[in-house]
Amino acid sequence: MKMIIRFMKDYKKESILAPLFKMLEAMLELLVPLVVAAIIDKGIYTGSRRYIFMMCLVLFALALIGLLFSITAQYFAAKSAVGAASAMRSRLFSHILSFGYREMDDIGSSTLITRMTSDINQVQNGINMVLRLFLRSPFIVFGAMIMAFTIDVRAALIFVVTIPLLSLVVFTVMGVTKPIYKRVQAALDHILNITRENLTGVRVIRAFNREESEKEAFFAGNDRLTALQKLAGMISGLTNPLTLVIINLAIIVLIQTGAVRVNEGSLSQGEVVALYNYLSQILVELIKFANLIVTITKALASVNRVQDIFAIAPEMKEGSLEYSSFYPEKQSGVPAVEFSDVSFCYNEGGEAAVSDITFRVEPGETIGIIGGTGAGKTTLVNLIPRFYDAVSGTVSLFGHDVKEYSFRELRNMVSVVPQKAQLFAGTIRSNLLMGVPEAAEQEIEEALAISQAKEFVDEKDGRLDAYVEQGGRNLSGGQKQRLTLARALLKKAPVLIMDDSASALDFATDARLRQAIKEMKHKPTVFIVAQRASSLMHADKIIVLDDGKIAGMGDHASLLQECDIYREIYETQFKKEA
Amino acid sequence: MEKKKKMTQKETAARLWTYLKPHRFFVILSLLTAAATVAGTLYLPILMGKAIDHIIGPGQVHFTVIGKILLSGVAAAIVTGLAQWIMNICNNRITFHVTRDIRNRAIEKIEILPLKYVDGHSYGDVVSRVIADVDQFADGLLMGFTQFFTGVITILGTIGFMFSIHVWIALLVVCLTPISLFVARFIASHTYSMFRLQSETRGQETALTEEMMEGQKVVKAFGYEQRAQERFDEINERLRDCSLQATFYSSLTNPCTRFVNSIVYASVALSGALTALTGGLSVGQLTVLLSYANQYTKPFNEISGVVTELQNAFACAARIFELIDETPQTPEPADAKELVHVKGDVSLSHVKFSYEPEKKLIEDFNLQVKKGQRVAIVGPTGCGKTTIINLLMRFYDVNAGAIQVDGEDIRQVTRYSLRDSYGMVLQDTWLKTGTVRDNITLGSDVFTDEEIIHAAKEAHSYSFIKKMPKGLDTWITEDGAGMSQGQKQLLCITRVMLHVPAMLILDEATSSIDTRTEQKIQNAFAKLMEGRTSFIVAHRLSTIQNADTILVMKNGRIIEQGDHESLLAQDGFYAQLYNSQFANV
Repeated sequence: MKMIIRFMKDYKKESILAPLFKMLEAMLELLVPLVVAAIIDKGIYTGSRRYIFMMCLVLFALALIGLLFSITAQYFAAKSAVGAASAMRSRLFSHILSFGYREMDDIGSSTLITRMTSDINQVQNGINMVLRLFLRSPFIVFGAMIMAFTIDVRAALIFVVTIPLLSLVVFTVMGVTKPIYKRVQAALDHILNITRENLTGVRVIRAFNREESEKEAFFAGNDRLTALQKLAGMISGLTNPLTLVIINLAIIVLIQTGAVRVNEGSLSQGEVVALYNYLSQILVELIKFANLIVTITKALASVNRVQDIFAIAPEMKEGSLEYSSFYPEKQSGVPAVEFSDVSFCYNEGGEAAVSDITFRVEPGETIGIIGGTGAGKTTLVNLIPRFYDAVSGTVSLFGHDVKEYSFRELRNMVSVVPQKAQLFAGTIRSNLLMGVPEAAEQEIEEALAISQAKEFVDEKDGRLDAYVEQGGRNLSGGQKQRLTLARALLKKAPVLIMDDSASALDFATDARLRQAIKEMKHKPTVFIVAQRASSLMHADKIIVLDDGKIAGMGDHASLLQECDIYREIYETQFKKEA
Repeated sequence: MEKKKKMTQKETAARLWTYLKPHRFFVILSLLTAAATVAGTLYLPILMGKAIDHIIGPGQVHFTVIGKILLSGVAAAIVTGLAQWIMNICNNRITFHVTRDIRNRAIEKIEILPLKYVDGHSYGDVVSRVIADVDQFADGLLMGFTQFFTGVITILGTIGFMFSIHVWIALLVVCLTPISLFVARFIASHTYSMFRLQSETRGQETALTEEMMEGQKVVKAFGYEQRAQERFDEINERLRDCSLQATFYSSLTNPCTRFVNSIVYASVALSGALTALTGGLSVGQLTVLLSYANQYTKPFNEISGVVTELQNAFACAARIFELIDETPQTPEPADAKELVHVKGDVSLSHVKFSYEPEKKLIEDFNLQVKKGQRVAIVGPTGCGKTTIINLLMRFYDVNAGAIQVDGEDIRQVTRYSLRDSYGMVLQDTWLKTGTVRDNITLGSDVFTDEEIIHAAKEAHSYSFIKKMPKGLDTWITEDGAGMSQGQKQLLCITRVMLHVPAMLILDEATSSIDTRTEQKIQNAFAKLMEGRTSFIVAHRLSTIQNADTILVMKNGRIIEQGDHESLLAQDGFYAQLYNSQFANV
């Protein structure tokens, strides 16, 4: 709730004016029964045509003014709801962008997308409806009661009893059904998941002949869903009948009381009609209100889902050190990258992904990282640009703890070619310029040449301006990899990390690529993560990882001698010729 | 994707009826109680009007008559409330049972859809048919039942009652109210283009959001956040503007129709009061007329809303019926045999196959595999390696020629027994939501823990399963939360190790596993495959060197065939592939 109010602050005026005009309109509506009573008591009983015409003109006038008020209210409500929702979307987007890798791993992109889109839309609807109607219904209900008091205090006491009774019905039903609706949603999620899995896993399910058991699981989930839906429907279906019965009983009591009062002479027939009309208005209003509650319940659920994301604060705190202030003067003698006793695990208290890592890399060196599945290769290099924070130990870049640098400086210092070659919709150029928007044409060409991408880019229609579909679907795996390489090279960062990013390249291209990187003018420190020993056997230093620990470190020749694991890897890939 | 002829509304309605039919008792009950509800709600004001007519002034109140009337009022209110509740329960029951039945038919169809359909349609689309469309349909159906019928009955009932009270005033109301429908229609048609612009802009925003969220790690690595935000805000501002327009203009409907209703109300008051002056109407009757004028216009507003909702519901129903009506895979012949005690002789003769008729793929493919042989299939991407597996498992049927297992055409045996005789590991590691155990046994409960652990040890997955928080009972989700690609692949291999099939199919089964573990698994496979026929598709040639036969495929044809040594000796395409792995570096 607080969050909503925060976003509506910029629309304070609108958010107050919208319900205000709605109330003005409702007030006019409350006048109608009085006018009708006047028509009956004064017009009909005195036989004055003129008076009747006058009063009906008043009715027309009330309708017209009501229309104007209501249009004004709709405008302000729309403005406030749309404005607040837009602001919320923009803020949520930037909040999500502030997440680190750890938060992203925990949350997952698909749920973020639904929250950015459909949940905020629900919230927008909710705000709009609340501004327009939520205040109106209680206002009419209580307004009707007050109007009743102005007519006759004793008869109005009926209202005083009826209204709390009605509220009790509405809120009890709401309170009872809300948790049921939540379970309905969970049951629906469950059968959605089964459906999805039956499509994504169609081959495995059929290969293992599991169709029947999957069907059974779906049927069972579906039955549970139906039972819950019916239960919720049965309870919420009570609202309207109960309201109807209560109001009609109130009307009956009213007429009975009214009859006595009229008989005594303290009330007129027209006034009884007016009181009766007020009760009918309450009935109509409450039925609308019951429908509104469904929208509000949904919107509130969405508010909570958005709120949950806002509540996640990125764990990582940014430093302030600017690397340009000391580089490159102090370059000599200071290691480019240094790990001392570094350990890291993805889940708190979970198995360490890497542990006790200590090594030092001089500027300009090429480091190879090799190891088995789940050995921690990617984890290790992800610690260098501070995608994750080490759980213990320190990671230093050019003599300073990575935590001291500002994020911007870290991104400028370290350029990464990730395992997954991810491109974005746009052109080849727009993809390459992601890191350095101001790069010169000649620099782009250089990057393309080094990444061995020039050849195929030359063949594309429009070259750099060739269209790239979302996710780079219109490019082959190898092409995508080379473009992501070029994108990273263009940054000319002093540290370059290639995380198994040449796997789709053939051996010859891979070799040419490595040669070209070696010849780059700014002599970056290069990390190569690879499965193939051939990709990194010429590195200055090779780190062999096994189960998160360093199992060997040295150059190719010495590792072949000393490190069993390295030798095994090498031999499974190259036949034992020696 | 092929073009489907769209279901007409009539066909959809007819189909809907087949689902409603089993619930016809409740449909009739619902209609009866709806009629009772409406009659009650309409009758109550008449009763009250009559009572008011007996309250004329001081000393002129007929208490006995009023008492009688009010007593019947109490009864009427309770009966009406009860009828309404029963109606609500019926409607809920009908709606949710119909949607349950439709969803059940849908999943049954999904289980027998040809793979061609599953491969050719986006999963999101099919899922949204089964979930979102059916939900939307349920909403529409429920609203139709509760509001459409009661609305129509209310309108008819009110008109009848009004005419019974006063013909001319009733006529006046009947003539005036359609104006509100015109107003609603007018506004709707003029806001249509605004809504289109809004949904287009929203689509752009969703696309950008999707892209940036999915690629967020890259966005961060390149410090692209600020520019992403700028792009987002640009679209977001446009969305805000057109959203405001669409929301505001469409929200005019309600005040405008309400204005029309107020005019109707005022007109009734005017004409009614004037008639009352001349004695043509009692005050009680006027009260009833006014209350009717209110009730009568309300369902008009509702029905115009319901009609849109119903149209939407019908569109959704058509989409789900389209799925249910998809042609299923070729049914098994009535006398389909069971493959039992499979020896493992497999033969492919003159097999011809392509996914799309105009794109030739496999032409005249012949292969004889004897019991216990290891067949490896290699070749460049897109050469048809995976297609062979699709055909062996009968995920797709051959266009011409035949595939036989132990001398039986696989189209003449049950799919169950055919697939039961193969164990399959795919490159695409699929895990389902459930425990690690569920993922290994795939829900079958015939395996003991010892057997599962033994299989896991064989597949070298036990070392990491053991380390998971709850071991075999650890809950995992489809994307295998926290497991590396290689670990997921090991779980898939464990599945096969556990089921001990008669024949084995490995499609790039170890592509994400490091070479050392791979070698160990290969040894386990070798043990498992002793005397069993196996098909291996591999990217790394090192893993298939000791296969009995290596098929080298290119463009859907076998271009070379033989064992490793002889193929190397041929110095052809295979030798070229093999040597490129060890190109001078």
